[in-house]
Amino acid sequence: MIEPALEQTKAAEAPAKPKRPKAKSMEMIGEQTKALFESAMLAKERGEKVGWSASIFPQELAETLGLVVLYPENHSAGIAARHQADPFLQECEGPLGYSNDLCAYAKVNLAYATVLAGDSEVELPDGGKMVRPDFLLLTNNICNQLTKWYENLAKQLNIPVFFIDTCYNPWDYVTETRVRYVRAQIDQLIHDLCEFVGKQWNEERFRQIMKVSQRNSYLWERANNLMDHKPAPLSGFELFNYMSCMVCNRGKESTTAILEQLNAEIEKHIADGTSTYPVKEEYRVSWDGIACWPYLRHNLHTLKEYGINMVASSYGKAWAIEYDDLDGMARAYCFASTNGDNATTMIDRRMEALKRFDCEGTIYHVNRSCKVMDCQMMEVQRQLSEQASVPFTSFDGDQADYRNYSEAQFETRIQGLVEVMKQNREAKQNG
Amino acid sequence: MYTFGIDIGSTSSKAAIIRTGTELIRETVIPLGTGTIGPAQVRKAIFEEVDLQPESICYTIATGYGRLKCDYANEQISELSCHAKGIHFLMPTVHTVIDIGGQDAKALSIDDNGALVNFQMNDKCAAGTGRFLDVMAKVLNVDITDLGPLSLKSQHPAAISNTCTVFAESEVISQLSNDVSLEDIAAGIHYSVAKRVSGMALRIGRKADVAMSGGVALNVGVVCAMEKEMGCPILVHPLCQSAGAIGAAVLAWEKYIKEHQ
Repeated sequence: MIEPALEQTKAAEAPAKPKRPKAKSMEMIGEQTKALFESAMLAKERGEKVGWSASIFPQELAETLGLVVLYPENHSAGIAARHQADPFLQECEGPLGYSNDLCAYAKVNLAYATVLAGDSEVELPDGGKMVRPDFLLLTNNICNQLTKWYENLAKQLNIPVFFIDTCYNPWDYVTETRVRYVRAQIDQLIHDLCEFVGKQWNEERFRQIMKVSQRNSYLWERANNLMDHKPAPLSGFELFNYMSCMVCNRGKESTTAILEQLNAEIEKHIADGTSTYPVKEEYRVSWDGIACWPYLRHNLHTLKEYGINMVASSYGKAWAIEYDDLDGMARAYCFASTNGDNATTMIDRRMEALKRFDCEGTIYHVNRSCKVMDCQMMEVQRQLSEQASVPFTSFDGDQADYRNYSEAQFETRIQGLVEVMKQNREAKQNG
Repeated sequence: MYTFGIDIGSTSSKAAIIRTGTELIRETVIPLGTGTIGPAQVRKAIFEEVDLQPESICYTIATGYGRLKCDYANEQISELSCHAKGIHFLMPTVHTVIDIGGQDAKALSIDDNGALVNFQMNDKCAAGTGRFLDVMAKVLNVDITDLGPLSLKSQHPAAISNTCTVFAESEVISQLSNDVSLEDIAAGIHYSVAKRVSGMALRIGRKADVAMSGGVALNVGVVCAMEKEMGCPILVHPLCQSAGAIGAAVLAWEKYIKEHQ
């Protein structure tokens, strides 16, 4: 019997290395996030109004007015990633009486808000840094459930919602009538929000903020696109860590500094032929769906076992929003999220990504929290695998509810995908 | 030259020894899965049965839920590829495999060489798996091996939902208290599994021939219900429960040859 060579299909582990120091851009992200929560706390102390906002609301509007705004979706993701979601999920499904089938971001946030309202005694692991809001900013471009979630928040906390109803896009463009519909709402919202917070709209400042936002969108997209180098300069999951600057601080110059630093770090990796991906990049795959935050570490660890780097994601790039005036803003925010697009548009975008990033497979996160995403995912994977001849696997999980995931199931599916990708590669090499 | 395949499942352990990748010497099943003495027992049993020593084996592949715990294997391969290869070995005309195991169900699309092309697996739920049938047999107080033949006597299969094992168990109890016959309940249980699994299988296509593997394929009632739901005949090999282990042993030979060419 020959000596066992355990797990030969897996990538060879890199020799033990000293722990890599944190990239400067990553440190900057940490500082920026901390500063945002501190500024919210200070604003409250000064008696200023602080808002909560949906993740793809045109935040340039609030930025122009100098308002501090926090992001429940981002905050819930952070709580889930730190394995602190359980008491909030229990509170939401128990005393608050919400359904288990709700989005887990909503469940965590609704329970958190109940604590802020003084109606629950769940301990806040972050000391309540997500301060009680005075108003809500909402668009439904990323999610329809947000409208009911925010309606409930508004009722519970007795605060107003400033809402922009964007449109589902049956075509691969946004019609002018829809642009006018959304633009009219933006104009009204600016008027109403100014009145509510007692501030004047400053067109010049708005233009400046737009410029910053556009620069940031460009830099964000560029950083994502640089993953097309081989080997990819980053471990793909690391880009998820930078999303907070695009979600929460898209119109800020601090984000420009972070993304310029990130781009410079990526360029250096490319020039040096190095990567933050810890093992040899054997396979390049795309990721479809929101990150499975409670098990991000397990996802990464399992993929690393086989040398799989996630070089393209349909998710993060949703925040690369390009426009140069208010009409453009209306158009861009209608078209920002894949949940507002038709299947053909989504498939075309993914097809382009598979080619650009030279992916050999796709991993679909069937996210129990997001029924809209799940509804389209099966058809997208069927058509895309046929058109691109790229195999895929899907796994059950959740963006914030840790109960909807099985580690063993994930491991088997990934190994199965690797076996198919390996066969495909061998067949290609053998002509 | 012998190769060894071991399939360590959640509820049973299967082993197979193959000579030169073509001749199945032996296969053995022990109804104890990962985390028990089952994996060690099945290995001991098969070597005793064929009068071989483990040292006679030139390559070993482990598969199944407990594959990563098998430290003597040369390699671990997913049960997806192993069932594909095993069914191809047993029935070379098959291109679609439905494997219902103890705690998962999968549909595999395979090529002319038995290589995995595409697959679908169940979600995080025991409905539509072997565990579901175990629970139902217990409620009916029927031995799991009798559930299939019993269901074939049914005239009017009962309606049993397939979204949750626990709720389905309550439904079965309710049907029993309403004096619905055991035969009809057993058939209803099999349709419940078949509806859930066939939906998954149809998503990857239905390229002929279609076969079932895994322990649940031995249940004639499930196979019959699956044929109706899939709308096509389903082949079942008598060694279907060992298909994963057989496939592992075949793959072990292919790996050995590749490494020694």
